[in-house]
Amino acid sequence: MLQVISLLVENKPGALMRITGVLSARGYNIESLTVARTLDPGLSRMTIVVDVDPNLRQQVVKQMNKLVNVLQASDLTDSPAVCREMVLLRVRATLESRTAILKEAEIFGARVVDSSPEGFALEATGHSEKLEEFIDVMRSYGDIDVTRSGSVAVSLEPRKLRLQPPVPTKAEAAKVG
Amino acid sequence: MPNMMSGARMLLECLVREGVDCFFGYPGGVTLPLYDAVYEHPIRHVLVRHEQNACFAAEGYARATGRVGVCCATSGPGATNLVTGLVNALMDSVPVVAITGQVASKLIGSDAFQEADTFGITRSCTKHNFLVKNLPDLPQVIHEAFYIASTGRPGPVLVDIPKDVFQGQAHYAPVSAIHLPGYKVFTEGHTGQIRRAAQMIAEAQRPFVYAGGGIIAANASAELRELVELIDAPAVCTLMGLGALPGNHPNFISMPGMHGSYAANMGMTHCDLLIALGVRFDDRVTGRLAAFAPHAKVIHVDIDPAEIGKNRNPDLPIVGDARRVLAKLNRMLREMDSAARNTQSEARQHWWRQVRAWQSQHPLAPVSSDSEIKPQHVMAEIDRISGGQAIVTSDVGQHQMWAAQLIRFHEPRLWLSSGGLGSMGFGLPSAIGAQFARPDKLVFAVVGDGGFQMSIPELATVGSNGLPVKIIVVNNGYLGMVRQWQELFYNNRLSAVTLDCFPDAAKLAAAYGFTGRTIERPEELAPALKEAVDEPGPYLLNIRVSPFENVYPMVPAGAAVNEMVLAPPQPVPVPK
Repeated sequence: MLQVISLLVENKPGALMRITGVLSARGYNIESLTVARTLDPGLSRMTIVVDVDPNLRQQVVKQMNKLVNVLQASDLTDSPAVCREMVLLRVRATLESRTAILKEAEIFGARVVDSSPEGFALEATGHSEKLEEFIDVMRSYGDIDVTRSGSVAVSLEPRKLRLQPPVPTKAEAAKVG
Repeated sequence: MPNMMSGARMLLECLVREGVDCFFGYPGGVTLPLYDAVYEHPIRHVLVRHEQNACFAAEGYARATGRVGVCCATSGPGATNLVTGLVNALMDSVPVVAITGQVASKLIGSDAFQEADTFGITRSCTKHNFLVKNLPDLPQVIHEAFYIASTGRPGPVLVDIPKDVFQGQAHYAPVSAIHLPGYKVFTEGHTGQIRRAAQMIAEAQRPFVYAGGGIIAANASAELRELVELIDAPAVCTLMGLGALPGNHPNFISMPGMHGSYAANMGMTHCDLLIALGVRFDDRVTGRLAAFAPHAKVIHVDIDPAEIGKNRNPDLPIVGDARRVLAKLNRMLREMDSAARNTQSEARQHWWRQVRAWQSQHPLAPVSSDSEIKPQHVMAEIDRISGGQAIVTSDVGQHQMWAAQLIRFHEPRLWLSSGGLGSMGFGLPSAIGAQFARPDKLVFAVVGDGGFQMSIPELATVGSNGLPVKIIVVNNGYLGMVRQWQELFYNNRLSAVTLDCFPDAAKLAAAYGFTGRTIERPEELAPALKEAVDEPGPYLLNIRVSPFENVYPMVPAGAAVNEMVLAPPQPVPVPK
């Protein structure tokens, strides 16, 4: 079963490698991964979807929480959360199919982001399964090119963030103490 | 400008502020600026003969003292040679800071001479690592490295420093605070959980203490001893935990696990409460996990939350520093009267009678012979001569297990062994580090003939520093542990385990400028060990032991720990 892990991480070189290393060291293949800055430019939010052995799910999240660059790692798989993905799709559209494609796009809530005599570029967001249906439908109109963003998730319950306050260096502590 | 200094000087300043008095290393092209600063600096640099041994020596230093051990290597091959040492420190939770040189920042990624992606390579070999791209960041990073290495669950931290950062000049201001918002250290155990633990202990009929390296890392030996005495429970110490409880303590039931004692493993199997302190339920301890401590409720105290439930789901987890948790627990137990602690109940008395019976049925008795030196006899003699006070380092294999079974340690930080990674070649360099850390101590490097030959270059470090390390080679002419498995599980087909060319120890030691000797008669053993200990300088004692001795008891791979093989199958297999 796919696991959704949400991480708040320091925006530092090597942070991504450390996090994916927890998974690759255990032989897990990442289904999708997204990362972007948060309101605080020093921090990034990462969403990872990965197929982890059920009895190792907790262990993987604990190991991620141990990483110095990870402020918080949470398993959103079974907790209240919204999970969405975006797809950008280019479909070849002949003159006679253009109207039908636009109708289908409307059904899926997709937007036209580019239009040319050759076809359309469409943008859709939603659940991954819904997007797969959309891609299947579009494929029936001919050759398509698809780029998916991977899932992004947000927890619907507040999560307490425990941060370590600054500590004095050894020499400084010796001076004070 | 006041306080302008080079990156190299700045690094040494930071080491001073961290209390470092010596470090182990090997210079190279990109660390030239660092070594130029070392030339006139009071910090002592110890030149080893291979970078792997710099890290092992730093570990020996750290394990013997609890302070952070420091090692240093150049870029490329220097850094890659550190890798085994780093993983070794990671597996055994040893605080080490490794400094590596890197090619100049503008050359990084250009396949420059002696360039390797040290930051990438050591990511999974360290607790954390850094690449310092800007000189002003250097002091902050160095102090963060020491902080991460020495707090929480200790471990190795590597700092990779490009040549231009060593060379650059900048204003140095001492760092006063470390800010690592994502670094989580859980020291105080949950008081409610500790109270429940006290209750569970009071209610237990067959309690058993399983103490590990976490007790030593947390300097919690006194607290462990108090707990064991308060509740009067039998206690085992793992390979990493030997010395956490004095080896001659009446409640100490030796080491558990694959080559643990009968009583230790039977105790684990039959207890109704397993008090697991600073341990990780390693496969070498638990045997077949599903059959491990099957009747027991488990209290698991560990500072690393990821260890809780990793191998065995505890009934009561307590995340915290062992010393603080045990201090709280002991206070709660002391507040109960002894009747409430239940130590005198009939069930407890019966439990002790049972444990004592297991001990006397199959004791870990030293074997000896009139015709040849038994390796167990060597360990018994070292035990006698050290009186539980000497530092003993080991390599990995049969001699390590015999040493762990038969040499007693009355204090923590005396037994230094590569546990988790099982790195051959650890014994000699870690003894070097330990002797630098504890010049007052008698240090034995108890090594096999295999591991010794992996670390032979360090005889030069021993010789050039006149270190009075006593190197005891337990020489059976085989890679004994591998051979033992080939005998038992591979139809006695002995493949690539014969070590049939070993140097003359007297000549070898003489070549490095100190004394050495080979013995093979049992009556020579005690006098030779005395001679080694009485020698003010280094001593290499090569002991020809009976070649086909094997380590027992043994829990075969995949078996439960109570399914020990107690003695060699008869008849003893004789290889062709």
